[in-house]
Amino acid sequence: MTLSILLQQLINGISLGSLYGLIAIGYTMVYGILRLINFAHGDVLMMGCYFAFYGILIFSLPWWASFLAAIGLTALLGVAIDRGAYLPVRKAPRISALITAIGVSFLLEHLGLVIFGGRAKAFYRPPRFGQVLEWGEVRFIALTLWIPLITFFLVLGLLYIVYRTRTGRAMRAISRDMETVRLMGVDVNRITSITFALGSALAAAGGIMWALKFPQIDPYMGIIPGIKAFVAAVLGGIGNVAGAALGGLLLGVLEIILIALMPSLAGYKDAFAFLILIGILLFRPIGIMGEKLPE
Amino acid sequence: MKRFCTGMVVLLFILIVAGLACAADTIKIGGFLPMTGAVAAYGQDANNGIKIAMEMKPVVLGKKVEFVVADTKSDKIEAANAMSRLIEKDKVIAVIGEMISGDTMAGAPIAEKARIPVVSPTSTNPLVTQGKKYVFRVCFIDPVQGDIAAKYAVNNLKAKKAALIVDRSQDYCVGLAKFFKEAFTKLGGQVAAETFCVTEDKDFSAQLSTIKAADPDIIYAPNYYSPVALFTKQARELGVKAPVLTGDGAQADELILIGGKEVEGVALTGHFHVKAATTQLARDFIPRYQKKYHAEPSAFHALGADAYFVLLDAITRAKTTRGEAVREALATTKNFEAISGKLSIGEDGNAVKPMVINVVKGGKFEYLTTINP
Repeated sequence: MTLSILLQQLINGISLGSLYGLIAIGYTMVYGILRLINFAHGDVLMMGCYFAFYGILIFSLPWWASFLAAIGLTALLGVAIDRGAYLPVRKAPRISALITAIGVSFLLEHLGLVIFGGRAKAFYRPPRFGQVLEWGEVRFIALTLWIPLITFFLVLGLLYIVYRTRTGRAMRAISRDMETVRLMGVDVNRITSITFALGSALAAAGGIMWALKFPQIDPYMGIIPGIKAFVAAVLGGIGNVAGAALGGLLLGVLEIILIALMPSLAGYKDAFAFLILIGILLFRPIGIMGEKLPE
Repeated sequence: MKRFCTGMVVLLFILIVAGLACAADTIKIGGFLPMTGAVAAYGQDANNGIKIAMEMKPVVLGKKVEFVVADTKSDKIEAANAMSRLIEKDKVIAVIGEMISGDTMAGAPIAEKARIPVVSPTSTNPLVTQGKKYVFRVCFIDPVQGDIAAKYAVNNLKAKKAALIVDRSQDYCVGLAKFFKEAFTKLGGQVAAETFCVTEDKDFSAQLSTIKAADPDIIYAPNYYSPVALFTKQARELGVKAPVLTGDGAQADELILIGGKEVEGVALTGHFHVKAATTQLARDFIPRYQKKYHAEPSAFHALGADAYFVLLDAITRAKTTRGEAVREALATTKNFEAISGKLSIGEDGNAVKPMVINVVKGGKFEYLTTINP
């Protein structure tokens, strides 16, 4: 494999990995405070894409306005799911919340089928993102560079919120001991809703960039990125925001490089992600950056 | 007490007869179609085509036709369930479907066992009808398609080196790729690279590096519309300029909607184009379709309707809805003037008919030429 091919694949891998990382952060934040794997996260991503799509199609908003509005609406959707589906089972055994999450996932998918229709729709890609850039033999579209850039700033913003604000401090405290934090007079439900809002907004941002990269949306589109992001979150250490970003990058790069090295195995690309999941759970279940938290 | 019991028996008898009479008033045909999932475009297109066909011919053997659709979700397991549901719960006398070979093969054994005839509009893999008595199709089969594609590549595109990208999760794609390779190498061509993907794949950068390095004259991508659209788009973005040739499984509006200007020039072997239509049935069908849906009908609409017409023709000739008789009639379909051309179906269940070659030009599927059997 020549250097330029390696460079090409590395750039693709970092771009893809940034997307996985962004979506993984949503999983990790919710797990951190609720110990719940939000299986509906991938479908929330899907809804974000459809909001953006219809914002452009029906309301004729300029693309950047539609994308921003979609992110906002998806944040609200996240809060609605938290209040409507997860809050009522907060006191129930964890398995109930897990099953509820699966239920929400099915609900969103099938609502999508009924409202948006089963046929895939073409997502609008603004010309500035589709511009082809060349460095010698390495070629990619402008979007490939925009994605890690935007992800970097979003993650920076999130880390600021988590580590430098009172809300963030409350989120970190809740992830250690919810009961005590409640006793300290913090409105745990409000903080949880904010966490869902942030996670869902990031999922929408990630989803929209995914739809820009692969300009086709359908009601089941959230399943694969959702599962890969989940693997990324576990790989980096579930509950750890920086870990999720790292896990995503690692997964994206590994996936692309592995197929570049062994092209005959390209049909098994998705299987690699699951092999990595099994491997991590067997050998280092707390993940790369996971910290052993007291139960 | 005795009078009450007698009265109940009489009432029950009346209800049963009434029920039977109601049931006997319509002829139920099942639609075994992918309305959602990876090939939702085909099921929905076929369904629309069949709706027009039903407007044109709503009655057979003096009874009204009732069309019951079961969604296969483009999935083999769901396909088997859908077929079972149609036969056991809805009690259909025949089934139209499915659109893709893998799903048709999943449902076929169930119909075969129940002796219910199945007419597939577009399943082209030879295994679909092989060894089966009750499965038929109104389209050509893939050995022919692969052969014609190879001839087109060598004669029209002057290709000596081909690269392939094959969706290995679909029977149709794997089969068609094999037939193309055999025909292409027999004509003196060389397969420079063969790469693989699955139907849900979105990122083809790895496969494209291999293809780019092989420097082919053409790329053969015998896959469904989503993978072909995304693959071709990314190929052009990566600077791979070789012409792309694909099969009938890519001819959906989504190919152009999603592929955008990058799919200009993609050539397809296929079933139908309005400009190639010569039969009276086509002349009736096309304006009706245009009036209702404000667009030109394409392969899957026309073939869905053809499956309906061929089935109804067979039922009329059999003079009954019994599976064995309809099956015999289907196997002796001679020179039926279908929308997509004159076709004959033999004992092997396969249709002998012409093929068209279309090309994407100006954001639409343009007709290039017809190849007769």
